[in-house]
Order: sequence, then structure tokens, then C-alpha cells
Amino acid sequence: MTEPDAPPAAPSGALPQRQVALIDLLDRLLSGGVVLSGDLVLSIADIDLVRISLRALIVSISAEHPSPWDAALRPTSDVHYPPSADDS
Amino acid sequence: MTDVSYVYGVARDRDGCLDEVVADVPGVADAAVHLVRSERRPDVAVAASAVPAADFNEAALRTHLEDLAWLESVARAHHRVIEALAARTTVMPLRLATVYLDDDRVRAVLDARLTAFDRRLADLDGLVEWGVKIYVDVTEAEEAPPEPPAGSGREYLRRRRAARHAHEDVYRAVEDVAARVDSAARGYAVERARHRAQQGQLLTGPGENVVNDAYLVPADHAEQFRSEVEGSARGLPGIRIDVTGPWAPYSFAAPPDSEPTPRSAGP
Repeated sequence: MTEPDAPPAAPSGALPQRQVALIDLLDRLLSGGVVLSGDLVLSIADIDLVRISLRALIVSISAEHPSPWDAALRPTSDVHYPPSADDS
Repeated sequence: MTDVSYVYGVARDRDGCLDEVVADVPGVADAAVHLVRSERRPDVAVAASAVPAADFNEAALRTHLEDLAWLESVARAHHRVIEALAARTTVMPLRLATVYLDDDRVRAVLDARLTAFDRRLADLDGLVEWGVKIYVDVTEAEEAPPEPPAGSGREYLRRRRAARHAHEDVYRAVEDVAARVDSAARGYAVERARHRAQQGQLLTGPGENVVNDAYLVPADHAEQFRSEVEGSARGLPGIRIDVTGPWAPYSFAAPPDSEPTPRSAGP
């Protein structure tokens, strides 16, 4: 990570195209990723949308990982604060 | 038809080559992908697509997100764009279905967070995510040569007890395995993120998922990481380790909130 000229993210071929399991992908896309509040959606930050709809399918949606980004970027006005989840 | 801007991730564009990288990748709703740049820092760019407002406004998303086929197609398209970027540079994925009114709004958000994005991209440079899942499959652990049907109540109880002990043994063993896996993984990883154990209809493979973690690992230690982690349950019936990746750093896109980030070598 110190060689400035090395290919940054990965050596060639390290991220080959492959069909990943949907459940693994949704773990990452619905509870990982940077949470910004968009203009149009209440933002999937409040995954409530998905959690309610697809609870049977996807229960890995994270109430435990709300959004560290919120704290990191608190001064900015349009950062979204997800409502605390009421998971049982 | 009105379009809105769907955003995928923030990427480092060191040499201005990323436009080409995203040009060939179909995005969500088969839309073309382009980069939105900050005027202040042309090397930090957001990958975006113009998508129909009618499908991505709040009401439409509420409906669409109940449709697993729609969710899957958007998730896979989002992932395709992130993978294409990750193959070339450092990328910080954004959460699924983040939508702005237009590219000017995207640029404004990028400008407002430029410092934080830049810092996190520097932290993530040269690192990839690996998923590590541990499964318990008690049926495998119980598998014994078939016995004749229990002839007596006592015999039946004996077998029930043996089965229960087998379960207990496996669950005890999996704790050791989890500790061993974590210790092996941390030999290489700079961060760990925990996902909730997987359940539900989308679950793949046999057994019960008991650990669903992600580790952020230097790309050049990928193979050692994988082989050490995979080796941690060798010879233990009923326990299975599934390593997935390498992934773009989805689970680490936001800085860790508890422990300080090891900021080894900034640029």
C-alpha cells in the first residue's frame, strides 16, 4: 500500500467476473456501502423499506450497522439519520 | 421522460482513465454509466447513471423493492459497475438505490464530502474485502452408519442422547473454529465488519449460518488469507467455512465507528 504506482485496488484479475450469491451481495449493498441521503428516496439508509417488504427473504438487514458515516460527517446538513430500528 | 441520477460509488481516478472503464458497463435499468467530478479534485469521481424518475422515485422504489427480481437486477447492475471500477482503482461503494435529482446535486454532495471521501479512499487503497461465513451442519456430524430401527424405548432414548451430544459437540467446536478463523484472518486483515448471520429463503448451501463476517485485507495477501481461513475447520465434520471474494470494500466503505482506523501509509 506504499507503492504509489502500483495498481491500486487489486492486482490484475483479482476481481474476476463471477456470479456472486444474491444473499451475499444484498448483505453488502443493503447494510454496507456509504449511506448518503439521496434527494428522492428517503434513502435506503432507512432500510425499513426493504426490511419490511422482504423480511422473510432478507433478515440480514442491519440494525446494528446504522451509519457510521452519519457521525463522521455530522456537520453536513443532508446526511440522513435513519430511525432506530425496532428489530426483535 | 424525466431522468434522475442513480449513484454507485466514489472512485479515485488517478490518470483520468475511468471514463473509459465505465463507458462499456451497462448500469441499472441498462442505463449508460458516467462520472461526475468535483471541480476542486478531478481525481475523485462519482459513478452515476441517468435513470427514469418514474422507476426511481420514492413511491416507485417502495413498490419495486418488494419485487425480488427487480431488486436482484438493480443489485447486480450496481455490483457490475462497482466491480468494473474496483478492477482498476480504489472504489468506495454507495448503498443501493441512492438517487439524486440530477448530476448537479451529485456534484454538490461530492463537493461537500470531498475531504472525507478522499481520506477514506486513501485508507482503502490496495485493500480488498473477503467474506467469511461459518456454517454448522449437524446432520453431517450425526451421519453414522444406518442402524436398524430402534427396537425398544431404551434404545430409542440412547440414540436421541447420542444425537444431542453430537449437536452439543458441534456447537462447542464451532466456537473454537470461529476463534481460530478470526485469529487467522486478523493476521492479515486491517479491519473486520460483522454482518448478521444469514437466514431466510435466499440462504445458499446446507447448514445453519453462524458467522457472517467480512475482512479488509491487503490485495497482495489474498491467497494466504484465503488458505489459512479455509484451513481452520479442516477435519471437523459438521462445520463448513465459506470464503467469498475478493469484493470491493462494501462492508468498509464507511470508516469504522469504534476502533480507530489503521491509517498506515497515506498518499
